[in-house]
Amino acid sequence: MGDILVWAIWILAAGACLGSGIAVVSFGNPFFSALALIGNLASLAVLFLLASAEFLAAAQVLVYAGAVMVMFLFVIAYLGGRADTPFEGGPSWVSAGAVVAATALLVEIVVVIGLKAGDALSREADIERSFGSPAEIGRLFLTDHLLAFEITSIVLLVAAIGGVILGTKTRDEDELDRLGESA
Amino acid sequence: MRGPDVSWYLIVSAILFSIGVLGVILRRSPLIVLLSLEIMLNAANLALISFARLHGDHDGQIFALAVMAVAASEVVVGLGLIVAVARRKLVLDVDRFRVLRG
Repeated sequence: MGDILVWAIWILAAGACLGSGIAVVSFGNPFFSALALIGNLASLAVLFLLASAEFLAAAQVLVYAGAVMVMFLFVIAYLGGRADTPFEGGPSWVSAGAVVAATALLVEIVVVIGLKAGDALSREADIERSFGSPAEIGRLFLTDHLLAFEITSIVLLVAAIGGVILGTKTRDEDELDRLGESA
Repeated sequence: MRGPDVSWYLIVSAILFSIGVLGVILRRSPLIVLLSLEIMLNAANLALISFARLHGDHDGQIFALAVMAVAASEVVVGLGLIVAVARRKLVLDVDRFRVLRG
Protein backbone atom coordinates (compact mmCIF):
# COMPACT_ATOMS: atom_id res chain seq x y z
CA MET A 1 0.00 0.00 0.00
CA GLY A 2 2.77 2.43 0.94
CA ASP A 3 4.55 1.68 -2.31
CA ILE A 4 1.51 2.58 -4.39
CA LEU A 5 1.12 5.84 -2.49
CA VAL A 6 4.76 6.79 -3.07
CA TRP A 7 4.46 5.94 -6.76
CA ALA A 8 1.24 7.95 -7.08
CA ILE A 9 2.77 11.04 -5.49
CA TRP A 10 5.91 10.60 -7.56
CA ILE A 11 3.99 10.37 -10.85
CA LEU A 12 1.88 13.38 -9.90
CA ALA A 13 4.94 15.46 -9.02
CA ALA A 14 6.92 14.37 -12.09
CA GLY A 15 3.97 15.09 -14.37
CA ALA A 16 3.43 18.53 -12.83
CA CYS A 17 7.15 19.19 -13.10
CA LEU A 18 7.38 18.33 -16.81
CA GLY A 19 4.07 20.02 -17.68
CA SER A 20 4.99 23.28 -15.98
CA GLY A 21 8.45 23.10 -17.59
CA ILE A 22 6.83 22.98 -21.03
CA ALA A 23 4.52 25.81 -19.95
CA VAL A 24 7.51 28.00 -18.98
CA VAL A 25 8.99 27.60 -22.45
CA SER A 26 5.75 28.02 -24.41
CA PHE A 27 3.92 30.91 -22.69
CA GLY A 28 4.16 34.19 -24.58
CA ASN A 29 3.88 36.39 -21.51
CA PRO A 30 6.96 36.21 -19.21
CA PHE A 31 4.72 36.78 -16.20
CA PHE A 32 2.89 33.49 -16.81
CA SER A 33 6.20 31.78 -17.55
CA ALA A 34 7.54 32.88 -14.16
CA LEU A 35 4.37 31.63 -12.43
CA ALA A 36 4.74 28.29 -14.23
CA LEU A 37 8.36 28.12 -13.06
CA ILE A 38 7.18 28.51 -9.45
CA GLY A 39 4.98 25.44 -9.97
CA ASN A 40 7.91 23.64 -11.56
CA LEU A 41 10.18 24.38 -8.60
CA ALA A 42 7.53 23.39 -6.06
CA SER A 43 6.90 20.02 -7.74
CA LEU A 44 10.67 19.48 -7.94
CA ALA A 45 10.76 20.03 -4.17
CA VAL A 46 8.30 17.13 -3.83
CA LEU A 47 10.64 14.94 -5.90
CA PHE A 48 13.55 16.03 -3.68
CA LEU A 49 11.54 14.97 -0.62
CA LEU A 50 10.85 11.56 -2.15
CA ALA A 51 14.61 11.18 -2.77
CA SER A 52 15.07 11.87 0.97
CA ALA A 53 16.64 15.30 0.57
CA GLU A 54 14.54 17.04 3.21
CA PHE A 55 16.69 20.09 3.81
CA LEU A 56 17.11 20.68 0.08
CA ALA A 57 13.37 20.47 -0.50
CA ALA A 58 12.85 23.16 2.13
CA ALA A 59 15.66 25.30 0.70
CA GLN A 60 14.19 24.87 -2.78
CA VAL A 61 10.84 26.28 -1.69
CA LEU A 62 12.33 29.08 0.44
CA VAL A 63 15.19 30.22 -1.78
CA TYR A 64 13.94 29.40 -5.25
CA ALA A 65 10.17 29.41 -5.32
CA GLY A 66 10.26 32.19 -2.74
CA ALA A 67 13.09 34.67 -3.00
CA VAL A 68 14.44 34.19 -6.54
CA MET A 69 11.03 34.07 -8.20
CA VAL A 70 9.80 37.16 -6.35
CA MET A 71 12.84 38.98 -7.75
CA PHE A 72 11.91 37.73 -11.22
CA LEU A 73 8.32 38.90 -10.85
CA PHE A 74 9.49 42.34 -9.67
CA VAL A 75 11.70 42.76 -12.74
CA ILE A 76 8.91 41.59 -15.06
CA ALA A 77 6.56 44.09 -13.42
CA TYR A 78 9.20 46.83 -13.77
CA LEU A 79 9.67 46.13 -17.47
CA GLY A 80 5.91 46.01 -18.03
CA GLY A 81 4.88 45.45 -21.62
CA ARG A 82 8.46 45.65 -22.85
CA ALA A 83 9.21 42.23 -21.38
CA ASP A 84 6.80 40.69 -23.87
CA THR A 85 8.88 39.46 -26.76
CA PRO A 86 6.43 37.50 -28.88
CA PHE A 87 7.21 33.93 -29.83
CA GLU A 88 8.43 34.53 -33.37
CA GLY A 89 10.77 31.58 -33.49
CA GLY A 90 12.68 33.08 -36.42
CA PRO A 91 12.95 31.05 -39.61
CA SER A 92 11.30 27.64 -39.36
CA TRP A 93 14.63 25.83 -39.79
CA VAL A 94 15.84 27.42 -36.57
CA SER A 95 12.94 25.97 -34.58
CA ALA A 96 13.34 22.61 -36.31
CA GLY A 97 17.07 22.63 -35.54
CA ALA A 98 16.38 23.52 -31.90
CA VAL A 99 13.94 20.64 -31.52
CA VAL A 100 16.40 18.25 -33.18
CA ALA A 101 19.25 19.45 -30.93
CA ALA A 102 17.19 19.11 -27.75
CA THR A 103 15.95 15.64 -28.74
CA ALA A 104 19.47 14.53 -29.64
CA LEU A 105 20.69 15.71 -26.23
CA LEU A 106 17.87 13.83 -24.49
CA VAL A 107 18.54 10.60 -26.41
CA GLU A 108 22.25 10.95 -25.73
CA ILE A 109 21.77 11.35 -21.96
CA VAL A 110 19.33 8.43 -21.75
CA VAL A 111 21.58 6.14 -23.84
CA VAL A 112 24.69 7.00 -21.82
CA ILE A 113 22.89 6.40 -18.53
CA GLY A 114 21.44 3.14 -19.84
CA LEU A 115 24.80 1.87 -21.12
CA LYS A 116 26.94 2.99 -18.21
CA ALA A 117 24.73 2.24 -15.28
CA GLY A 118 22.45 -0.58 -16.39
CA ASP A 119 20.86 -2.30 -13.42
CA ALA A 120 23.29 -0.74 -10.92
CA LEU A 121 20.72 2.07 -10.68
CA SER A 122 18.12 -0.15 -9.04
CA ARG A 123 20.30 -1.04 -6.03
CA GLU A 124 19.84 1.88 -3.69
CA ALA A 125 22.07 2.13 -0.65
CA ASP A 126 20.52 1.68 2.77
CA ILE A 127 20.24 5.00 4.54
CA GLU A 128 19.59 6.12 8.07
CA ARG A 129 16.53 8.10 9.01
CA SER A 130 18.61 11.25 9.43
CA PHE A 131 19.77 11.18 5.79
CA GLY A 132 19.35 14.62 4.23
CA SER A 133 18.23 16.28 7.46
CA PRO A 134 19.31 19.87 8.20
CA ALA A 135 21.53 18.66 11.04
CA GLU A 136 23.48 16.30 8.75
CA ILE A 137 23.87 18.85 5.96
CA GLY A 138 24.92 21.56 8.41
CA ARG A 139 27.50 19.30 10.06
CA LEU A 140 29.01 18.40 6.66
CA PHE A 141 29.10 22.03 5.57
CA LEU A 142 31.09 23.00 8.66
CA THR A 143 33.45 20.02 8.57
CA ASP A 144 34.13 18.18 5.28
CA HIS A 145 32.89 20.86 2.91
CA LEU A 146 33.99 24.01 4.72
CA LEU A 147 35.91 25.32 1.70
CA ALA A 148 32.88 24.97 -0.58
CA PHE A 149 30.80 26.80 2.04
CA GLU A 150 33.25 29.71 2.22
CA ILE A 151 33.60 29.94 -1.56
CA THR A 152 29.80 30.01 -1.87
CA SER A 153 29.69 33.00 0.47
CA ILE A 154 32.28 34.82 -1.65
CA VAL A 155 30.33 34.05 -4.83
CA LEU A 156 27.16 35.49 -3.28
CA LEU A 157 29.02 38.60 -2.12
CA VAL A 158 30.50 39.18 -5.59
CA ALA A 159 27.04 38.73 -7.15
CA ALA A 160 25.54 41.25 -4.71
CA ILE A 161 28.24 43.81 -5.54
CA GLY A 162 27.78 43.14 -9.25
CA GLY A 163 24.04 43.66 -8.92
CA VAL A 164 24.57 47.02 -7.22
CA ILE A 165 27.09 48.14 -9.87
CA LEU A 166 24.76 47.10 -12.70
CA GLY A 167 21.89 48.90 -10.98
CA THR A 168 23.59 52.29 -10.55
CA LYS A 169 23.12 54.87 -13.29
CA THR A 170 26.09 55.76 -15.47
CA ARG A 171 26.78 59.26 -16.79
CA ASP A 172 25.71 58.27 -20.32
CA GLU A 173 22.30 57.28 -19.07
CA ASP A 174 21.87 60.57 -17.21
CA GLU A 175 22.53 62.39 -20.49
CA LEU A 176 20.11 60.07 -22.29
CA ASP A 177 17.45 60.92 -19.72
CA ARG A 178 18.09 64.66 -20.10
CA LEU A 179 17.82 64.36 -23.90
CA GLY A 180 14.56 62.46 -23.47
CA GLU A 181 13.17 65.19 -21.21
CA SER A 182 14.11 68.09 -23.51
CA ALA A 183 12.81 66.34 -26.62
CA MET B 1 8.18 1.77 1.48
CA ARG B 2 9.94 1.85 -1.87
CA GLY B 3 9.30 4.45 -4.51
CA PRO B 4 10.59 4.59 -8.08
CA ASP B 5 14.18 3.66 -8.93
CA VAL B 6 16.86 6.27 -9.42
CA SER B 7 16.64 5.70 -13.19
CA TRP B 8 13.14 7.23 -13.21
CA TYR B 9 14.44 10.35 -11.51
CA LEU B 10 17.24 10.53 -14.07
CA ILE B 11 14.80 10.26 -16.97
CA VAL B 12 12.71 13.13 -15.56
CA SER B 13 15.89 15.14 -15.07
CA ALA B 14 17.02 14.48 -18.67
CA ILE B 15 13.64 15.50 -20.12
CA LEU B 16 13.59 18.63 -17.97
CA PHE B 17 17.09 19.54 -19.12
CA SER B 18 16.05 19.15 -22.77
CA ILE B 19 13.03 21.39 -22.19
CA GLY B 20 15.40 24.00 -20.78
CA VAL B 21 17.71 23.69 -23.79
CA LEU B 22 14.72 24.13 -26.09
CA GLY B 23 13.71 27.30 -24.25
CA VAL B 24 17.20 28.78 -24.39
CA ILE B 25 17.51 28.16 -28.14
CA LEU B 26 13.97 28.98 -29.24
CA ARG B 27 12.90 31.95 -27.14
CA ARG B 28 14.09 35.48 -27.82
CA SER B 29 13.05 37.26 -24.65
CA PRO B 30 16.11 37.37 -22.33
CA LEU B 31 13.80 36.91 -19.33
CA ILE B 32 12.50 33.58 -20.62
CA VAL B 33 16.03 32.51 -21.54
CA LEU B 34 16.95 33.10 -17.87
CA LEU B 35 13.91 31.12 -16.71
CA SER B 36 14.90 28.23 -19.01
CA LEU B 37 18.41 28.35 -17.56
CA GLU B 38 16.86 27.90 -14.13
CA ILE B 39 15.03 24.81 -15.41
CA MET B 40 18.34 23.35 -16.66
CA LEU B 41 20.09 24.02 -13.35
CA ASN B 42 17.24 22.37 -11.47
CA ALA B 43 17.33 19.34 -13.74
CA ALA B 44 21.02 18.98 -12.83
CA ASN B 45 20.09 19.36 -9.14
CA LEU B 46 17.54 16.56 -9.44
CA ALA B 47 20.18 14.26 -10.95
CA LEU B 48 22.67 15.15 -8.20
CA ILE B 49 20.14 14.46 -5.46
CA SER B 50 19.01 11.16 -6.94
CA PHE B 51 22.64 10.00 -7.20
CA ALA B 52 23.18 11.07 -3.59
CA ARG B 53 20.22 8.84 -2.67
CA LEU B 54 21.63 5.98 -4.77
CA HIS B 55 24.99 5.99 -3.03
CA GLY B 56 23.65 6.94 0.39
CA ASP B 57 26.17 9.76 0.47
CA HIS B 58 25.53 13.44 1.19
CA ASP B 59 28.10 14.87 -1.23
CA GLY B 60 25.55 15.18 -4.05
CA GLN B 61 23.19 17.16 -1.83
CA ILE B 62 25.98 19.51 -0.75
CA PHE B 63 26.82 20.07 -4.41
CA ALA B 64 23.16 20.74 -5.20
CA LEU B 65 23.10 23.42 -2.48
CA ALA B 66 26.18 25.04 -4.03
CA VAL B 67 24.41 24.96 -7.42
CA MET B 68 21.44 26.73 -5.80
CA ALA B 69 23.71 29.51 -4.51
CA VAL B 70 25.36 29.90 -7.91
CA ALA B 71 21.93 30.01 -9.57
CA ALA B 72 20.81 32.76 -7.19
CA SER B 73 23.91 34.83 -8.05
CA GLU B 74 23.34 34.19 -11.74
CA VAL B 75 19.79 35.48 -11.46
CA VAL B 76 20.99 38.64 -9.70
CA VAL B 77 23.55 39.43 -12.39
CA GLY B 78 21.29 38.36 -15.27
CA LEU B 79 18.34 40.44 -14.09
CA GLY B 80 20.71 43.37 -13.44
CA LEU B 81 21.90 43.14 -17.05
CA ILE B 82 18.33 42.96 -18.38
CA VAL B 83 17.30 46.02 -16.35
CA ALA B 84 20.42 47.89 -17.53
CA VAL B 85 19.59 47.02 -21.14
CA ALA B 86 15.98 48.11 -20.68
CA ARG B 87 17.05 51.43 -19.14
CA ARG B 88 19.14 52.21 -22.23
CA LYS B 89 15.91 51.84 -24.18
CA LEU B 90 17.22 48.96 -26.31
CA VAL B 91 14.92 46.23 -27.60
CA LEU B 92 14.78 43.21 -25.28
CA ASP B 93 15.56 40.53 -27.86
CA VAL B 94 18.54 38.21 -27.57
CA ASP B 95 18.93 38.12 -31.35
CA ARG B 96 19.63 41.86 -31.37
CA PHE B 97 22.34 41.87 -28.71
CA ARG B 98 25.32 41.81 -31.03
CA VAL B 99 27.90 43.94 -29.26
CA LEU B 100 28.92 43.99 -25.61
CA ARG B 101 30.04 47.60 -25.25
CA GLY B 102 29.65 49.67 -22.10
